[in-house]
Amino acid sequence: MEWLNPIVQGTLLGGLYALFAAGLSLIFGVMRLVNIAHGDLIVLAAYLGLTVTTATGMHPMAALVIVVPAMALIGYALQRGLLNQTLGDDILPPLLVTFGVSVIIQNGLLEVYTADPQTLNAGALETASVAVGGVTLGILPLLTFGIAIAVIWGLQWTFYHTSLGRAFRAVSDNQDIAQLMGLNRRHIFGLAMALALGVTAVAGILLGIRTSFDPSIGGGRLIFGFEAVIIGGLGNLWGTLIGGVILGVAQTIGAKIDPGWQVLAGHIAFLVILAVRPNGLFPRVSG
Amino acid sequence: MPDSILQTRGLNSYYGDFQALYDVELDVGEGEVLAIIGANGAGKTTLMRSITGLLTNGVDQIHYRGQDISRLRADEVAELGLAMVPEGRQLFPSLSVKENLMIGAQVGRSGPWDLKAVYDLFPILEVRKNQASTSLSGGQQQMVAIGRALMANPDLILFDEISLGLAPIIIKDIYEALPGIIGEGMSAIIVEQDITKALSVSSRVFCLQEGRVSLESASDTVSREEISRAYFGIE
Repeated sequence: MEWLNPIVQGTLLGGLYALFAAGLSLIFGVMRLVNIAHGDLIVLAAYLGLTVTTATGMHPMAALVIVVPAMALIGYALQRGLLNQTLGDDILPPLLVTFGVSVIIQNGLLEVYTADPQTLNAGALETASVAVGGVTLGILPLLTFGIAIAVIWGLQWTFYHTSLGRAFRAVSDNQDIAQLMGLNRRHIFGLAMALALGVTAVAGILLGIRTSFDPSIGGGRLIFGFEAVIIGGLGNLWGTLIGGVILGVAQTIGAKIDPGWQVLAGHIAFLVILAVRPNGLFPRVSG
Repeated sequence: MPDSILQTRGLNSYYGDFQALYDVELDVGEGEVLAIIGANGAGKTTLMRSITGLLTNGVDQIHYRGQDISRLRADEVAELGLAMVPEGRQLFPSLSVKENLMIGAQVGRSGPWDLKAVYDLFPILEVRKNQASTSLSGGQQQMVAIGRALMANPDLILFDEISLGLAPIIIKDIYEALPGIIGEGMSAIIVEQDITKALSVSSRVFCLQEGRVSLESASDTVSREEISRAYFGIE
C-alpha cells in the first residue's frame, strides 16, 4: 500500500505529461518539425488563461472555450507566417527558428506578466478528492487523466477516420505526391499546428491549475514532453500516453525515496528505456 | 488537329543550376493521347514535374486551356483538372487502398470516376480496399495509382513510366485497360520506355533527347529508323 499511492499518483500525473507531449508528437509526425518552443507555448496558454480568467471572472476550465481557439489561431499563423519557411531537407533551420521563438515568448511573457509566479484559481476543484481503497485521488489529476485519454482518442480518431487526418498522413508520407492530389501542404501544416496548439492550450490550463507557473518553466515542460514521446515511440499517440505515465510514475517513486530525486528519477527512467529500446516501447510499425 | 488542351512554349526546366529541358514545345489536343519516349535522363520525368507544377517554371511557358499555369503550385494545377500517375507509383504507405483512392478525389471535381467506377475497372481493389497499399503486388499498386489519378476526374492525365518494374503480363493488362480509361474524352500523356506499347495507344509521339525534342510525329506513320535516330542521336 505504501507504494501503491505514488504509482497511482504518478499515473495520473502522466496524463498531464501526455498532454504536453501530444502536440509535439503530432507536429513531428506530420511535418518532421521538432518544436523547441513547445514548452513555452504551453506556458503562453497558461498566461492566456490567466488573462481570460482575471478579465472575465470565468472558471479556468470554462476559459478553455476562448484559449483553445486562440492558441489554434496562433498556431496556424505561426506555421504559415514563419515555420513553413524553415521546412526543407535541412533539419537545422526549424530547430534554430523554434529556439528563437522560445526566447521571444519567454521574454515577451516577462515583459507583460513579470517574473512573479502565478496560478489559475480553480476554486474547489484544486483540492477536491475522493478516497478509493485507501488511496486518495485528487479530482483535478483524475480529470486531467480523463482529458488526456479523451484528447488522445480524439487525435487518433481524427488521424484515422477523417479526411483531415487522411491529408495529414498523406502529406507526412510524401509531400510532392500529396501536392499533386490537390493538398496544399502549407495549409495542411498550418492546420496541424493549429490542432497541436489547441491541445497545448488544454495542457497549459491544466498545468496552471495544478501548479504555479512563471515565464521560465517552458523548457522543463518541453523536456517532459520529449521524454514521453520518445519513451512511447515516435508517431504512436497511445504510446505517448504510456510514455507520460512511465515518466510520471518514475518521478513520484523517485520523490517517495527522496524528494530531491523526483525529476532526476524521471530522466533516469527515460535514459534507461532509450538505452534498452532506442526506438521507444511502441514504435510505429513502418509500412 | 483538335483544339489544344495543353501547350508548352519554350519550356526550360532546371534542377538548381542544372538545365534539364531546353525550349521544349509540345501541345496536346482535346481527347488526344500523346506518347513521350526517350532514353533515361532525357528529361521525360522533368517534363512531367514541370507540367504538374512540382518544378517551378518561367512565366508563360505552360498553358492549360489558354491559362498560364507555369507559376501555379501543384495543388492549384491539380484543381484545374490535371492528374498524374507518378513514376514508381508512389502510393501513400500509411493509407489503405481505399484511402489512397479517396485522397485522389480531394480536389473535389465531379465526373464519372468515383470509388465504384474504379472498383468496376479494377475489381481486385475492392477486395483489397482495407489493406495497406504497400501489401499489394506491383501491378495492383499500379492499379491504385491509376485509380487515384482517375478519382480526380481529370481532363488531362499524365502516366509516367507506367510499365516500369512490372511483369510483362501485368503491363499487357494495364495497356488493355487504358482505352477504357482514356476513352471518356480525357486527354493523356504517356511517358514510356517501351516504344511499341507507347506507339500502340497514342496518336502522336514526341521523343526527348538530352532535354530537347528530337522527334515529333504521328504514331502510326513513324519509322523505326526515325525513332532510333531521335532516341540515340545517331545518323
